[in-house]
Amino acid sequence: MLSRIAEALFWIGRYIERAECTSRILDAHLQVLTEDPTIDREATCRALLAAMGVSHDGTYDQAAVLRLLFHDRSSSASVVSAIDSARESARRSREVVSTEMWEAINTTYNQTTSGQLSRMRPADAFRLIRERASMIAALADGTLSHDTGWQFLVLGRSIERVDMTARLLLSTANGAGGASSWQTTLRACGAHHAFTRTYRAIESPRAAAEFLLLDRLFPRSVVFGLTQAAACLEVLDPRQRRLGFGGDAARIVGQARASLDVRSLNDLLSDLPGEMERLQRVCVEATDAVTHRYFEGAVAPEWLGGTQ
Amino acid sequence: MTGHFDDYEPRPATYDEMFDGADVRQSYATVREQVDRLSPEELRARSEYLSSSYLDQGVTFDIGGEERPFPLDIVPRLIDSQSWQRVEVGVAQRVRALEAFLADIYGEGQVFRDGVIPRRVVTSSPHFLRPAMGIRPPSGVRVHVAGIDLVRDEQGEFRVLEDNVRIPSGVSYVMTNRRALSAALPEVFTHHRIRPVAHYPNRLLAALRACAPTGVADPTVVVLTPGVYNPAYFEHALLARLMGVRLVEGGDLVAQAGHVYVRTTHGLHPVHVIYRRVDDDFLDPVHFRRDSVLGVPGLLNAARVGNVAIANAVGNGVADDKLVYTYVPDLIRYYLGQEPVLRNIDTWRMEDPGHREEVLDRLDELVLKPVDGAGGKGIVIGPRATSAQIETLRGRLLADPRGWIAQPVVQLSTVPTLINGRMAARHVDLRPFAVHDGDKVSVLPGGLTRVALPEGELIVNSSQGGGSKDTWVLAADHVLPDLEPEPAREGPLHPASKPVAEPAPSPADSQGQTQSQSQSQGQTQFQSQTGGAR
Repeated sequence: MLSRIAEALFWIGRYIERAECTSRILDAHLQVLTEDPTIDREATCRALLAAMGVSHDGTYDQAAVLRLLFHDRSSSASVVSAIDSARESARRSREVVSTEMWEAINTTYNQTTSGQLSRMRPADAFRLIRERASMIAALADGTLSHDTGWQFLVLGRSIERVDMTARLLLSTANGAGGASSWQTTLRACGAHHAFTRTYRAIESPRAAAEFLLLDRLFPRSVVFGLTQAAACLEVLDPRQRRLGFGGDAARIVGQARASLDVRSLNDLLSDLPGEMERLQRVCVEATDAVTHRYFEGAVAPEWLGGTQ
Repeated sequence: MTGHFDDYEPRPATYDEMFDGADVRQSYATVREQVDRLSPEELRARSEYLSSSYLDQGVTFDIGGEERPFPLDIVPRLIDSQSWQRVEVGVAQRVRALEAFLADIYGEGQVFRDGVIPRRVVTSSPHFLRPAMGIRPPSGVRVHVAGIDLVRDEQGEFRVLEDNVRIPSGVSYVMTNRRALSAALPEVFTHHRIRPVAHYPNRLLAALRACAPTGVADPTVVVLTPGVYNPAYFEHALLARLMGVRLVEGGDLVAQAGHVYVRTTHGLHPVHVIYRRVDDDFLDPVHFRRDSVLGVPGLLNAARVGNVAIANAVGNGVADDKLVYTYVPDLIRYYLGQEPVLRNIDTWRMEDPGHREEVLDRLDELVLKPVDGAGGKGIVIGPRATSAQIETLRGRLLADPRGWIAQPVVQLSTVPTLINGRMAARHVDLRPFAVHDGDKVSVLPGGLTRVALPEGELIVNSSQGGGSKDTWVLAADHVLPDLEPEPAREGPLHPASKPVAEPAPSPADSQGQTQSQSQSQGQTQFQSQTGGAR
């Protein structure tokens, strides 16, 4: 596997997951903004943008959120720019990405550039992106060999998922919305159905946090994402079977998962914002470690031409 | 119901491939009948399907930053089996002659001593690369892939417009056009027996592997691309994907101590054959452009040592030079002892004082081409030029006569093309693709038909607003007799090329012949190698 290709696949995994999570988050939050008469609209928009890492001067309203997180090509947190970047990565790894997967990515991209997306009702646009992202992920799983390249793709997807869930938990923990905001968070993670099936329809922030952080069976919980990332890293570097962890990335991810696993829920919830910030840092550090270990060979060496 | 072709008007003094006056030619009769069964709305819907499916697949090119689907016309271009046999034999013949020519000029230079082509014509070409002197590519193949551009003149005869043995592009469109058109016009398709084109990547891979350095049992092939921003990147990726080999950029390769490796997540892996789509100039900063970041420093040295095969070989550009083109018929006679099957377009050499004088008098009626131009760049069509343009041209010709050739205006043949919902005559050319594996030159039955979309336009390049057509080579109803090139009527012969009719060798001198065959890298095996038409 070429370093350059591995890097492209890793980022396809991240960008597609980012587009899907972001549109799910927007869907849940914009509905609350419209329906709930009790909330402070500006503060909610401000909290949401802050959680997604967007700085913004100007009014905080629904339109700004929609623009910055969905339609604005120049905003790096927007869905459209994630699709752009995913397509650019797919183009760079065109001979490794299967035709069906490429066409799914490319058609999605064409829908964003043709203006089709901005003409749709927001709810329909969110659903379209969610469906296209699921389709791309499914085509990746169903039409690529599950070789090293696919492991990189899944690794990217898992890290992005952990990052997104951590951001949402942070924004909920910082807000003062109480039980209703936890419902929104569950829906924004696509977890509402699974949560209700598991815990019944109880309104408990504690149960919601527990589910999103520690549930081992729900695929969007933090622990699930970390476990999957660790599994990918182990396949990618199988040399250290007998002794500890193979590389820095595996160590960072493993430490984060162990710390969630062994600590009591009370302990975790006592400083939830701090924990979530730490988790986001874990995602950044793990990405850096993977980049350093596997992708840096992709940088072209500088050639100093003769004596000229 | 009225037909789509009822008010079709062929252009004057031009060979139309579908209509002979008002009558449809026999090979196109079924196309006309089947297309006429479609309503105008249906035809438009099918045509729109072509562009939307190309947009989804990413078969696009950029115009000023906007991605447009590569234009593909709904009407196919048909070539009957007999015409195709001529193309096939003629292209293979030409590739063999150019192959022998390149081996000669980068080797002993016998062709100069025999006075077939002046040495200065070759050495003054900017594409004659001295660093390539003496490099003997594995299996002796330099032209792994060739795209010889053909046109049909006013009589419908195929003529050679230019040779392309550097990095001919466009074969990806041959394959994608076929898939798109068969989905758009299935009923027309099923009424013809069309020779398939989908096996091209397999042929190419087999040829590339056959040309690997000796002693490598399972050679590693890679496709070297300049990167995502190259206009032909789509093609590079498609070929790499369909051949199942790595698509690499310059930075992915490293040359160490005469070997070339590819960087992977598990360290360096040796590479044996590089199908490169990077120009000579950028290929190796050690020998060529120092500022190139697209190439691999040390690549040429590895090729010289014989540890890696570069396809196509470095320095082939000299064979594409349009002044060398004027000598190719003589080169075919010289190396192969045969008359050319496909004729050149009549050409005046501007460096020849006699020719020059004649051309300068007639600048307003001729086509002037720079000898190293590609993609229709720099061509001046006399009858279309303003007098100011003619005067500028005159100055440039006199300043650099070696840099130009002149040709009469050839009215390229036309094929009906759907323009704004109506069938209109548009000029076309043909680029058949030939693959040489060291033993056999196989010509892909099809090739890229390019269409000049503006009315009356003669330049078909896609950079100049050209489109394309799917090219259907029809299978023969019965076995065609072999087409044998005639023996050369005049001129010197290369020492290695024997007269075609010769008594069977006695055992005593058969050994001698084997030797001379291996020296000439198989040029005398022509007869057995052109039978691919069957």
